[in-house]
Amino acid sequence: MTDYPADAILVLLETSPTGELAKSATGLLGAAALIGTPVALAVTAPGRGDAQALAEQAAAAGAERTLVVETDAVQTQLTVPQVDALAAAAGAVAPDAVLISNSIEGRDIAGRFAARTSAPIAVDAIGVSRDDEGVVARHSVYGGAYNLESAATFGPLVVTVRQGAIESRAEARPIALETLELQASGAEATTIESVEAIEEASSRPELRGATRVVSGGRGLGSAEKFALVEELADALGAAVGASRAAVDAGYIPANHQVGQTGVSVSPQLYIALGISGAIQHKAGMQTAKNIVAVNKDPDAPIFEVADFGVVGDVFTVVPQLISALAERKR
Amino acid sequence: MKIIVLVKEVPDTYGERKLDLETGLADRAASESVLDEISERALEVALAHAGSADGVEVVLLSMAPESAAATIRKGLAMGAASAVHIADPALAGADLGLTARTLAAAIRRTGFDLVITGNLSTDGSGGVLAAMLAELLEVPNATALSSVEITADSVSGTRSTDDRAMRVSAPLPAVISITEALPDARLPNFKGIMAAKKKPFETLTAADLGIEPQDLSVASSIMTAIAEKPPRTAGVKITDEGDGGTKIAEFLIENRLA
Ligand SMILES: Cc1cc2nc3c(=O)[nH]c(=O)nc-3n(C[C@H](O)[C@H](O)[C@H](O)COP(=O)(O)OP(=O)(O)OC[C@H]3O[C@@H](n4cnc5c(N)ncnc54)[C@H](O)[C@@H]3O)c2cc1C
Ligand SMILES: Cc1cc2nc3c(=O)[nH]c(=O)nc-3n(C[C@H](O)[C@H](O)[C@H](O)COP(=O)(O)OP(=O)(O)OC[C@H]3O[C@@H](n4cnc5c(N)ncnc54)[C@H](O)[C@@H]3O)c2cc1C
Repeated sequence: MTDYPADAILVLLETSPTGELAKSATGLLGAAALIGTPVALAVTAPGRGDAQALAEQAAAAGAERTLVVETDAVQTQLTVPQVDALAAAAGAVAPDAVLISNSIEGRDIAGRFAARTSAPIAVDAIGVSRDDEGVVARHSVYGGAYNLESAATFGPLVVTVRQGAIESRAEARPIALETLELQASGAEATTIESVEAIEEASSRPELRGATRVVSGGRGLGSAEKFALVEELADALGAAVGASRAAVDAGYIPANHQVGQTGVSVSPQLYIALGISGAIQHKAGMQTAKNIVAVNKDPDAPIFEVADFGVVGDVFTVVPQLISALAERKR
Repeated sequence: MKIIVLVKEVPDTYGERKLDLETGLADRAASESVLDEISERALEVALAHAGSADGVEVVLLSMAPESAAATIRKGLAMGAASAVHIADPALAGADLGLTARTLAAAIRRTGFDLVITGNLSTDGSGGVLAAMLAELLEVPNATALSSVEITADSVSGTRSTDDRAMRVSAPLPAVISITEALPDARLPNFKGIMAAKKKPFETLTAADLGIEPQDLSVASSIMTAIAEKPPRTAGVKITDEGDGGTKIAEFLIENRLA
């Protein structure tokens, strides 16, 4: 099969450390279906039997075809194997756009691929659309203060898509798996010496794309006391976030940081506990639909963006809130 | 060993940042410009290595308007040996592709063993430049490092992403990017500020680098629309009188959030 859809959108699927389709994939395929026909690409290690499973999952999430490149190099080399695979796939498919997750891995792949193929790149898109002239990417920049749209002057646009930003989902399609031979570029790569999966409390939602987020700041005072934030999050089925000060103080790992240099979230509900509301923190959360804040300083800037603010001590207000929620459940 | 540190001048994140609604470019008059904090941390990695090994030369490289010279000099005052400043009005509003091509040309011209960048700038927030440069320079990219060890012929470190932590290593020459998990930068002292005035500071144009900014035969990214969102306004603020938690619960239930 070499006849690819004329309006093909090439989607690079990400896999988890255990080889399953990453959550970002459904959003990417959903986005691709809005602007054309999704053709998926997975790059995986051979002999693990991942290819068929990935193609099934990708088809369920809307991929018209799934191209699979199997190479041992993915386990030992950073970025380059995926870029080589993407270059081969793009050469075969001639897509109108290439969608890649805006994760750290995804950005590296997008950057090298765009540089190799001299393709323009649209970073951290929160939406995509198509007009008469082609694919358009939508961005939310400067902490959500501006919305921008960008496009390519000509040729395919490489788009990195913010994780969790796309709500649209594509309809399932029949499974169509195709293996693609890899032509290694021979580009020199960084060596992956070891990999460790980062364990997360599995029952808790992921921060990116979460509909509810409870975040804690330096006001929590210690890693032990930060457990209060997690307790409230669990009572609400929310993801756990944090300020940079809380991360720097070691209350919680850096991948929970919300803000300018952390994760940008746009949940239905954002609860800020013991967070002052520095401008760089607000940059990552002020597009939330509802913001609740608890801070003992009545002049804390977080109150300027809060829909409901309580001036008080988190250690008295939050336990009461948790009991009130438990009360209601009974 | 020659280490090139890529530093960017950005609008201060502590102030209000504005985009020009006509051009989509950063409105430089609206806010203070500063050396991006992550650039300073990148410089700190280089200076710390220069302090612990012999024969390490640290060169600053920035593509920025002429007015950024003072900001770049701060890096010299912190301890870098020299600076290369690409200042050319024709590069205003450059997209990532043009930025990467221009910086890569300057890096080649200067010569390098290691290029260090921030993982993500605070204005463009692209987070892709290190990888683009590595491809153009035909060297490995080791990005998002939260710890870095440099030897005479290799660089290695820890790379943490959302769901995994890796140990990675690359032979030199290479391009790396670092995260804010690495230490804050040193402050320039008086001696450094005085010494900075005598350090080599080269200013280049795109033409000096053989770059044609207006080359329409190369596809580029263009902004097609821009809109400012109205700022958020404050809602209700109450003082806890023993029922603050209950009041929040009521708010959540009323708004179907719990
Ligand atoms: C380039 C750059 C990027 C940055 N990126 C980020 C980012 O991504 N995310 C981020 O969060 N920050 C970021 N920052 C840092 C930011 O400027 C602030 O330093 C940080 O957000 C402060 O965190 P905080 O609110 O937890 O701490 P603080 O500002 O110290 O605030 C603690 C708050 O807790 C309150 N408090 C204390 N005890 C209690 C109690 N018992 N009950 C109730 N309230 C209490 C205090 O009144 C205070 O308001 C960045 C800074 C720079 C320069
Ligand atoms: C709000 C906004 C959105 C943008 N969106 C896009 C887009 O979607 N597509 C696009 O093609 N361009 C875009 N641009 C333009 C792009 O930001 C510039 O080309 C920029 O100079 C490089 O990108 P970055 O800052 O995002 O780089 P990043 O990849 O985030 O930067 C990482 C590191 O690279 C180094 N670095 C970056 N720029 C320079 C520089 N000029 N001089 C020296 N070192 C540097 C620094 O060490 C920095 O820490 C955007 C700009 C803005 C202000």
